[in-house]
Amino acid sequence: MYLLRRLAIAIGLFLCCTAPGLHPALAQDGLEALRPLVNELAKGKFKETEQQVAALVATGDPAVAPALEALGAGDLFFRKSDGAVFIAEKAGKGYALTDPLTLEPAGEAGRREVSKIKVNNRLRRTIRAALGSLTLMAPDPDVRRAAAEAIFKAKDPDSIEALDAALAQETDPRVQTVMEQARAAAVLNSDLDDSVKLNAIQTLEDKASREALSVLIGAQATASGAVLDAATTAIERINKSLAMWDAAQNVWYGVSLGSVLLLAAIGLAITFGVMGVINMAHGEMVMIGAYVTFVVQELIRSSAPGLFDYSLFIALPLAFLTAGAIGIGIERGVIRFLYGRPLETLLATWGISLILQQAVRSIFGPTNREVGNPEWMSGAFELGHMTITYNRMWIVLFAILVFAGLILVLKKTPFGLYTRAVTQNRRMAASMGIRTPWIDALTFGLGSGIAGIAGVALSQIDNVSPNLGQGYIIDSFMVVVFGGVGNLWGTLVGAMTLGIVNKFLEPYAGAVLGKILVLVFIILFIQKRPRGLFALKGRAVEA
Amino acid sequence: MMTSLLFRAMDAKAGVFLAILLTVIILVPAANLLLPESHPLHVPTYAVTLMGKYLTYALLALSVDLVWGFCGILSLGHAAFFALGGYAMGMYLMRQIGTRGVYGDPVLPDFMVFLNWQELPWYWYGFDMFWFAALMVLLAPGVLAFVFGWFAFRSRVTGVYLSIITQALTYALLLAFFRNDMGFGGNNGLTDFKDILGFDVQADTTRAGLFAASGIALGLCFLICKIITKSKLGKVLVAVRDAESRTRFLGYRVEHYKLFVWTISAMMAGIAGALYVPQVGIINPGEFAPANSIEVVIWVAVGGRATLVGPVIGAVLVNFAKTWFTAALPDVWLFALGALFVVVTLFLPKGIVGAVGQGWSALAARRKSTSKVKAGSDDPPGSAPAVPVSESGPPKSRMPAPDPQPAE
Amino acid sequence: MTRSTSLLYLDGVSVSFDGFKALNDLSMTIDPGEMRAIIGPNGAGKTTMMDVITGKTRPDTGEVYFNGAIDLTGEDEASIADLGIGRKFQKPTVFESHTVWDNLELALKAPRGPFATLFHAITGAEKTRIENLLNLVRLQDKRDELAAHLSHGQKQWLEIGMLLAQDPKLLLVDEPAAGMTDAETAETAELLKDISKDHSVVVVEHDMTFVRALDVKVTVLHEGSVLAEGSLDHVSGDDRVVEVYLGR
Repeated sequence: MYLLRRLAIAIGLFLCCTAPGLHPALAQDGLEALRPLVNELAKGKFKETEQQVAALVATGDPAVAPALEALGAGDLFFRKSDGAVFIAEKAGKGYALTDPLTLEPAGEAGRREVSKIKVNNRLRRTIRAALGSLTLMAPDPDVRRAAAEAIFKAKDPDSIEALDAALAQETDPRVQTVMEQARAAAVLNSDLDDSVKLNAIQTLEDKASREALSVLIGAQATASGAVLDAATTAIERINKSLAMWDAAQNVWYGVSLGSVLLLAAIGLAITFGVMGVINMAHGEMVMIGAYVTFVVQELIRSSAPGLFDYSLFIALPLAFLTAGAIGIGIERGVIRFLYGRPLETLLATWGISLILQQAVRSIFGPTNREVGNPEWMSGAFELGHMTITYNRMWIVLFAILVFAGLILVLKKTPFGLYTRAVTQNRRMAASMGIRTPWIDALTFGLGSGIAGIAGVALSQIDNVSPNLGQGYIIDSFMVVVFGGVGNLWGTLVGAMTLGIVNKFLEPYAGAVLGKILVLVFIILFIQKRPRGLFALKGRAVEA
Repeated sequence: MMTSLLFRAMDAKAGVFLAILLTVIILVPAANLLLPESHPLHVPTYAVTLMGKYLTYALLALSVDLVWGFCGILSLGHAAFFALGGYAMGMYLMRQIGTRGVYGDPVLPDFMVFLNWQELPWYWYGFDMFWFAALMVLLAPGVLAFVFGWFAFRSRVTGVYLSIITQALTYALLLAFFRNDMGFGGNNGLTDFKDILGFDVQADTTRAGLFAASGIALGLCFLICKIITKSKLGKVLVAVRDAESRTRFLGYRVEHYKLFVWTISAMMAGIAGALYVPQVGIINPGEFAPANSIEVVIWVAVGGRATLVGPVIGAVLVNFAKTWFTAALPDVWLFALGALFVVVTLFLPKGIVGAVGQGWSALAARRKSTSKVKAGSDDPPGSAPAVPVSESGPPKSRMPAPDPQPAE
Repeated sequence: MTRSTSLLYLDGVSVSFDGFKALNDLSMTIDPGEMRAIIGPNGAGKTTMMDVITGKTRPDTGEVYFNGAIDLTGEDEASIADLGIGRKFQKPTVFESHTVWDNLELALKAPRGPFATLFHAITGAEKTRIENLLNLVRLQDKRDELAAHLSHGQKQWLEIGMLLAQDPKLLLVDEPAAGMTDAETAETAELLKDISKDHSVVVVEHDMTFVRALDVKVTVLHEGSVLAEGSLDHVSGDDRVVEVYLGR
């Protein structure tokens, strides 16, 4: 019990400190406590003002920052009648007044009713330093970070001391990084000793960020002697490290594109690779999966908005079942009559794809439909010098999961065993009591269902429109053919290779030309290895 | 030599077809130009242009039939050759605009002026001369087809693999022609044509002339196809379609045969495109869309592959239906087209002409067998075996076709 | 057993598919004018051997020479056929949508290029040759039938006819008697013996009665190499051959 209460208090305190805006009443009281100190500024000359500023800073409360800023800029006035201090802005003939603490409008005043609080250069410097340390120690890490970034841009040597003070008690590593960079930038811009500057260069080199690079390049222009040498080598090293990070980022983009391709192609790898059926309506299965997501989200929005974050989990099985059912319908209704005639199958399924597209267009309209990202899918995080968005990361993980699941189903379940048996020797499988038509239908349904769940994932990064599927069909076929038909691992390797190659070409050739080059590459590749990367050899090919 | 070839190529069906085509070529322009507008048989100019467009489509379908119907190469990229021929013609038409463009530049087409280009790219040279453009109409698709086919056929890429890479080919071209710096007008393509060989492209007489030219081109290409397919070469092609490796073991270089018809077919598609462009007045990258190529295949399938007459009928019928549907019931068109794909492959594998021919020969055979009681064969003639794959066993035939497709 | 005097010379030929050795150091010689029967259990490499000779499969190692001087490993199917090696497949493959006559016309020895065939007009000599072949394979009254309409045995015969139309020096015949009635089998054996008078022939067969009827030298293949060679009586007395066939 005791422990629990302690915990509750600790959490309460934590909330108060980190989020001052949480309890307006409490915050208001805190502000009013500051007011006498602010109003003191109206009294005395420069010397007194300096002491008063120091007193304000000593409170450590960032709420005094606007007043100090206004003071430094010469916008702080006091009302002659009661000595109350305001931030004033010229408005018509008089001034518009703003409360320096609450920052709410506080009426107007005539020109003669208020008087400016005077500052000199010395005071201004004091104020600037004070301000820096105030915001650098603000409770909100975002504020601290912004302050450090401002210093980093200004490279103001005067803020070194404030930074040192702030660094001494900074705990957030990301803010720390920015502060250290800012400090190094300021040091390089100061007239401090070379040894200090060399340390600063070392700091920047360790950070190896793009910002550090720009600071060093700036410093290179003015530095001389040992500092210049150190800066030059540091720049080289940073360039090298940045190139590595760039490559890593490209690999990541490539993997991310690759997993999109994998998701789109993996269902095809089953229907085309395992069953030998050319399903041109495969893209439409993806599209249907995306529309299932849309419908699920619409229903959730209208009836249970609280479930929105779970919408994708609800959509996944539904998309699998919907697309799978349509797939089984297509197999039973059309494809089974065309086994052994791949070119006819291609044409018939193309016809089906047109019908499905038009059906969706008639039901949902031709325009893009809005599919939202749940909370956990939005945003990004940084890994070193790479930016990774959550939706891409989840899609990569999801693609891997789907792939692993599929391998498992095909290798470890009775269904997978039957499927492999039927594809290898239909007659033998049939005579061993396997219902081959059912296996055909279910395998096709599986391939289509996987396309459906791929659609759920792709709805998060692509426009959900009736044409969604068409954009993927050629790419998917390229992946399957490139990887080698009948081999799921080949599909994985094919998708990742094409994804990464595409992303590495993009910076040099542009997105469109990159894609053309990849297509041409595949066309040439198929000439060289007509059966893909992981082709079957020997008797299996003759079959 | 030529006359003997021609003689061999002609049969009753071809004669009827050419006679009908000739009648159409003469009557339609005549009904447009000679009859007054009030006359009930007057053909309005827009209809002449529309039918001219159908004729170019028919030629495109014919070219696909030559490779698919007779040699088993299912091209899903023939619209690329069509569009290349169209672009070659479009470049000529652009150069003919001269100073009449919006910017009035005597040499550079408007879009180049707009892109701030200073001089004509080298590959636009010569297109101000008709003979050069006409040559390019044949060469651009022909050379592309030759190079592509050289690689593909030599490496023995067959069946669906070939179909898929032809899709990739046209897709790559689609993306390429969308780029502004390719110098082919980017997204907007080439348009605002003024005149062709000195005649105003908008004039009724020019349109009638283009219609007639399309008809004549179709007739000539039909004859060429007929000559090819009736010759021993045609028999080799069918042999390749039915049993590619057997043909090889007989000593025929299958890749040379494929390359030959493939290139000829691409050139025909190019001619179709070149005649298409002045009639519709625009050529843009949309013509390269992979879906277009697949649509052409259904024209052939509807009419009946390996019949030469069939694709022409199929192209005209399907496109007439398209024109009608898109005007009257636009939402239904894709349903209808999709259903057409399914129905034709499932129930009409020989297409209209094939089905009619089959019915006809079945009828004739019945008459013959009733008069001659003793039947020579135990199969009823005319009922060709549905799928001759039973020997090899289903699992083999289900693999994605290292073997060529069975004939039927 | 020297290369220079042989018609077909295989030495140390090996082929493997994904680690499976289809042919393992196979050596064999066929003399001009010889007829040879090749037997062996399933998977012994008979068809792969045919594939290697006709250029369908390239050997990993080993030499294949035709006529003592021509290296076949560097040629493709078409040029090997042109050199004078004809092949009949295990499963009869004729051109189903061509007539019997057209099948033979296509096989007839003539220039094989596309332009040659485009301008080709059939000559009187060719017609006589086709007539003769039709008589030989007993398909005179089927000449205008589509090949698809022939019975299984008739297709086998048509294919043999096509083989002869090529006028090859060496015929490779893969299981010509498969799926035939006893009477047809006997007739086929007679036909092959007839052909062997002026051609070299290699016959792959399972049917021992058929091989006995041929009455020629027999080569037994097992696991990709030659197990025994000699007359049928000789090889069927060989213990290893008996073991392979009967699994003792």
